[in-house]
Amino acid sequence: MTYSAQGVPGGAPGTLVRRVLPVLGVVATLLLLWEGARLLFGFSEQRLPSLGSIVETMFTRTRGGTGPLLIVQMLANGWATFRVALGGFVIGGLLGFGLAVLFMRLPVLERGLMPYVIGSQTVPILAIAPMVVVGLGRMGAPAWLAKMVVAAYLTFFPVTIGMLRGLRSASPQSLDLMRSYAATPFQYFWKLRFPVSLPYLFTALKIAASAAVIGAIVAELPSGAREGIGVMILNAAQYYNSRPQALYLAILVAGLVGIGFYGLVVLAEHLIVKWRT
Amino acid sequence: MSTPPIIEFDRVNKVYQSGGGPVTALLDVSLSIATGEFIALIGPSGCGKSTLMRLIGDLEQPSSGTVRVKGKTPAQARLDRDYGIVFQAPVLYEWRTVRRNVELPLEIMGRPPAERRERAMSLLRMVGLGDFGDAYPYQLSGGMQQRAAIARALSFEPSILLMDEPFGALDEITRERMQTELLSLWSNATPRPTVIFVTHSIPEAVFLADRVVVMSPRPGRVQRIVLIDLPRPRVFETRESPRFFTLVTEVREALRATENERVGA
Amino acid sequence: MSAPVQATTVARQAGQAAQKGFRLHDLWPPVLTFALVIGLWELAVWFFQIPLYLLPAPSQILETFLARPVFLLRIGLVTFINAVIGCAIGVSLGCLAAALCVRWRVVADGLVPLAVAASAVPIIALSPLMGIWLGSVSPLSKIAVVAVMTFFPTLVSVYRGLVSPTADALMLMRSYAAPQRAVFARLRAPAALPFLFGALRVCATLSMIGAVVAEFFGGPQNALGVYIKTQAGILRTREAWSAILVACLFGLAFYLAVVLAERAAMPWKRGR
Repeated sequence: MTYSAQGVPGGAPGTLVRRVLPVLGVVATLLLLWEGARLLFGFSEQRLPSLGSIVETMFTRTRGGTGPLLIVQMLANGWATFRVALGGFVIGGLLGFGLAVLFMRLPVLERGLMPYVIGSQTVPILAIAPMVVVGLGRMGAPAWLAKMVVAAYLTFFPVTIGMLRGLRSASPQSLDLMRSYAATPFQYFWKLRFPVSLPYLFTALKIAASAAVIGAIVAELPSGAREGIGVMILNAAQYYNSRPQALYLAILVAGLVGIGFYGLVVLAEHLIVKWRT
Repeated sequence: MSTPPIIEFDRVNKVYQSGGGPVTALLDVSLSIATGEFIALIGPSGCGKSTLMRLIGDLEQPSSGTVRVKGKTPAQARLDRDYGIVFQAPVLYEWRTVRRNVELPLEIMGRPPAERRERAMSLLRMVGLGDFGDAYPYQLSGGMQQRAAIARALSFEPSILLMDEPFGALDEITRERMQTELLSLWSNATPRPTVIFVTHSIPEAVFLADRVVVMSPRPGRVQRIVLIDLPRPRVFETRESPRFFTLVTEVREALRATENERVGA
Repeated sequence: MSAPVQATTVARQAGQAAQKGFRLHDLWPPVLTFALVIGLWELAVWFFQIPLYLLPAPSQILETFLARPVFLLRIGLVTFINAVIGCAIGVSLGCLAAALCVRWRVVADGLVPLAVAASAVPIIALSPLMGIWLGSVSPLSKIAVVAVMTFFPTLVSVYRGLVSPTADALMLMRSYAAPQRAVFARLRAPAALPFLFGALRVCATLSMIGAVVAEFFGGPQNALGVYIKTQAGILRTREAWSAILVACLFGLAFYLAVVLAERAAMPWKRGR
């Protein structure tokens, strides 16, 4: 446990190859299984389209040949979902942060609310999504707002809990240290409590990232929505018989949106939380 | 003692309220410590030695009696940043580099960045960590982390140094080396800070201190004060001198007396 | 001498509190807050005259529920059974995969990072595909979605549990010349139990939500998700909310069942 500048994670290229190779192996196995299943069980193109035909479909034009490429349309809708999820994520994150700070300052409030907040995790919040969308739509709010509200709602719970746990995780001795310096409340917060809570915050943000994407997609499901990858999935499912590949493509893009969002949070964590091994 | 006392305890009691009723941590403690003195507080766990130290630092308040630090209340002394503190764990902030950890108190006290940096680097060099300023704490061994913690406590030149079993988590070999290093840091500092050093190691207390305050547990009381007349500077050979053994034995006997008293009671 | 005595007394008191007083003492703040929130909700709806289509009052929801409790609980049960079966399948397969990961390092290196990434994937998007493969009104398609949803978190969590024993603990088994099977049964599996229950708690809530939302993509008429979506679509919010109340009840029941099973399975953790 002596000092070593080389001990930074993800350093040597050899380990990177060793880490990536097995993952690629599993992905390749899955793809092989896909094609193998087609051969072995004789699945029709309708049941399980070949990987080649899915790639091919990416580059067909939409709207009977006049619209943009299908993949472009899918990615554009994926981007629309991503934007909404990000907006909700930011709003929900700030709200969660604010609540956590409030709870920290007023333990009475926290003692009462915290178990309830945890208990609320058992409530199927996603199930309320259609009502939020329909209700807000009826009030004349734009469609993106309802989606954002759902995404924000799903974000703020994990962030509140994670952040509060983080703010409280400063050790008694590190607090004594601040006291010995006669630090101001402001200094207590910015020099101790906030940095201590960052790893907790990022753990919560990672959970919230996928929740926000799922929330945005589910909020796209009620009839009337026009934009977003959720709409693409519904449409592709509806026209599955005429073009099954589109559904696989839509699901792939939905997955990309989720992983992309998650990846951004992980990247931010790597850039900000440097002190963790 | 020719110099006026820098720290004074006058009939101090400390009672904690616990689930099983009140627990007396300190009973009628009176003690005065001279400026520049090195005091070791020793006793079995539960004797209130850490509480005594924490009262000086205004990390806790006495239930009755008075504590004066440089003629002020401990609260005022804390606001005046009169003491630096070192715990058993290094308590380095893991998100700060070693240098910025040492800078932390200076930062809080609003010193300019250039001065902070210079001061931190010179202290790190002094404790032998000159090359590790930009390392993160996790990259350092336990002994090195504790050195950084000592550098942090000394960074703003406090007149009092409170040390709560600072070497308690280190192995014996590192520990003895750190004791020697601490003494040389202390004797080279001008003005020499007053040190309150809590420990449960008898040889450590004898090797370091001018006076060893032996405490007895439940309720915590000052049992005896053993004057350590070993010559300074104390070096490796000091630990092998007959006088050292005599004093160690004396402290050990005093500690055993606290046991006997309680068994007899 | 009095220190250990005091310590044990305190520990015993704490233990008693954990067994007896714990429930009452720890439960009332959340219950009170719950009542407070419900009360505020009720007041807010009446005071601000919030339109019914946006948010009905709790009393209205309860009233609607009480008007047709049997019907609502019956459709809730349909969805709940899908959730439980899907969860059971997903968790079982997850445990199996975790065991394989422990047996062969390469499998772990390939599968665990993918499973972690899968937590970021909106699995719910698979619903229409499952509907096409297994029949959109068939319970099989919902069960499949829930199984996929619960598989990945279980795999990750149980794998972490199985590899959680320290090097020393493994060395101890080695000193007994214990065969792999015994190491697994006597060390790895018990060590993974808390992780398994951690995953189960997450999966219990996840699977009820998953089953409801999977039905948003289409399903049989007598299922909770379909009912919520259609009622919300025609702005019958009271009906939709009363169905959500049912979903909450079943989700809570599932969660509590897991907690009870956890207490029964791990008596050594009870005092905590």
